[in-house]
Amino acid sequence: MTPTGFLSQLLQLAIALLLAPLLLGWVNQCRAWLQNKSAPPLLLPYRMIRKLFHKDAVIAENASPIFRTMPYIIFGAMALAAAIVPSLATDLPFGQAADAIALVGLFALARVFIALAAMDIGTAFGSMGARREMFVGFLAEPALLMVLFTASLISGSTSLPTIVDTLAHREIAIYPSLAFAGVAFTMVSLAENARIPIDNPATHLELTMIHEAMILEYSARHLALIEWASALKLFNYSCIGLALFLPFGIAQGSDDWLAILGATPVLAAKLAAGGFGLALIETFSAKVRIFRAPEFLGTAFLLAVLGMLVNLLLGS
Amino acid sequence: MAHTIAGLPLWAQLINLLAAVLLLLAFAMLAQRRVLSLIDLFAAQGLALACSTAIVAFATAQPHLYASAGITLVLKVGLLPWLLHHLIRKLDVRWDVEGLINIPTTMLIGIVLVVFSFNLAVPISQLSNTVTRSTLGIATASVMLSFLMMITRRKAIPQVIGFLSMENGLFFAATSATYGMPLVVELGIALDVLIGMLIFGVFFFQIREQFDSLDLKHFEKLKEESHL
Repeated sequence: MTPTGFLSQLLQLAIALLLAPLLLGWVNQCRAWLQNKSAPPLLLPYRMIRKLFHKDAVIAENASPIFRTMPYIIFGAMALAAAIVPSLATDLPFGQAADAIALVGLFALARVFIALAAMDIGTAFGSMGARREMFVGFLAEPALLMVLFTASLISGSTSLPTIVDTLAHREIAIYPSLAFAGVAFTMVSLAENARIPIDNPATHLELTMIHEAMILEYSARHLALIEWASALKLFNYSCIGLALFLPFGIAQGSDDWLAILGATPVLAAKLAAGGFGLALIETFSAKVRIFRAPEFLGTAFLLAVLGMLVNLLLGS
Repeated sequence: MAHTIAGLPLWAQLINLLAAVLLLLAFAMLAQRRVLSLIDLFAAQGLALACSTAIVAFATAQPHLYASAGITLVLKVGLLPWLLHHLIRKLDVRWDVEGLINIPTTMLIGIVLVVFSFNLAVPISQLSNTVTRSTLGIATASVMLSFLMMITRRKAIPQVIGFLSMENGLFFAATSATYGMPLVVELGIALDVLIGMLIFGVFFFQIREQFDSLDLKHFEKLKEESHL
């Protein structure tokens, strides 16, 4: 590991940590505009995180250590994922350490701990949210893996930097399999990030919430870390999607500072467009009943498998 | 990998894309609950088919394929969907389609069918020497999926749409694997489909007059009674 590689890795991590709440604010703002509401300030997520860090934490009497450590674990997992995903440069030290399957495992780890912590307190909402989260998760995970396998088949490797390098340098051609995988990935991201067809991030309506139900008991710095981790998760999924399906403008090495600095505004522009797209999807669709979630995610799985099969048949 | 996409000419890539769209539409039809949307999907499938035929006509410079693309466009995007819409208005059957098996299970069976037909088509497509021969697997899969739709649907109209979309799959197999059949054959098939549709229309009215419903399970009852 060269010192410059290490520094680029730190830079990418810092940019992910700093930009993630901004992306969340941007999505909220776009959605408010599209729905003819007055938009919340762009920097609201930062303010909320700062406010929460200044408050005193309240923890239930019978909370176990799992409840206390969960925010740190999921924040750590999401930060590690942000270091692995090649969002700015491909040849980073952490990118070589874990491949796409390990990345999915990292997301699964965070999910298991957030569900455990939700059940730990023993409130009805927490258990309900945890059950639903695992229900959505077990349907979303195979679809996500299939999407990554399609990309791996094209590039012949499950390592994310290699996939991105191959996809960015291929000859210009129409890849139907990547189109299928892209749609499937979008659907999975919506489900995994508690977005509208599956969950509504803006509601605290008791019977429909999933993600919010699990974190009802958290306050102050714990809640701040969880909110930050959720923003990071959205950022990570956006970056994976951009890296797989729009891999242009990502720096190819880790030693070239100019390339990495040049990749930053490209990433910001792609994220801004992606965030607007997300707001558009959320505006045009309605939340489905929880028992329709298998159908939604089943479609995502189907598309991903079709992408893989079409790739095997047509070689494209 | 045996062959990569980048070596193919643009038109062959477009055919591959349209083949993938065709497969996707077949799955969408399998999953669709509403009869009216089913007809729209069928029209979209016809459009994809007409586009791919026109592209093959352009690439292989066979003017008669333009005619067949035109026939497809008029018949499958215009006339047949219009007839079906008309029938549904007349019969007043705008209810949701009921399947025998629930939709996620049908989709899983569909995936198995796709794997099966892809494997089936690989040795056959080796016999062909066209650039787009690998799409034969997708055409076979569309035929299989239409079969599945005919099996899993209970009502008469979705079954007929399944039958018509099966013909789409066969037609696509003909254009992609062999660059089209002679015009006379295609004209004959087009006429057959049209006449078939008209006869089905008459049948719908007869079935409903007899049973007050388009549910085909009534046919089974009739059989039992005849045994008595």
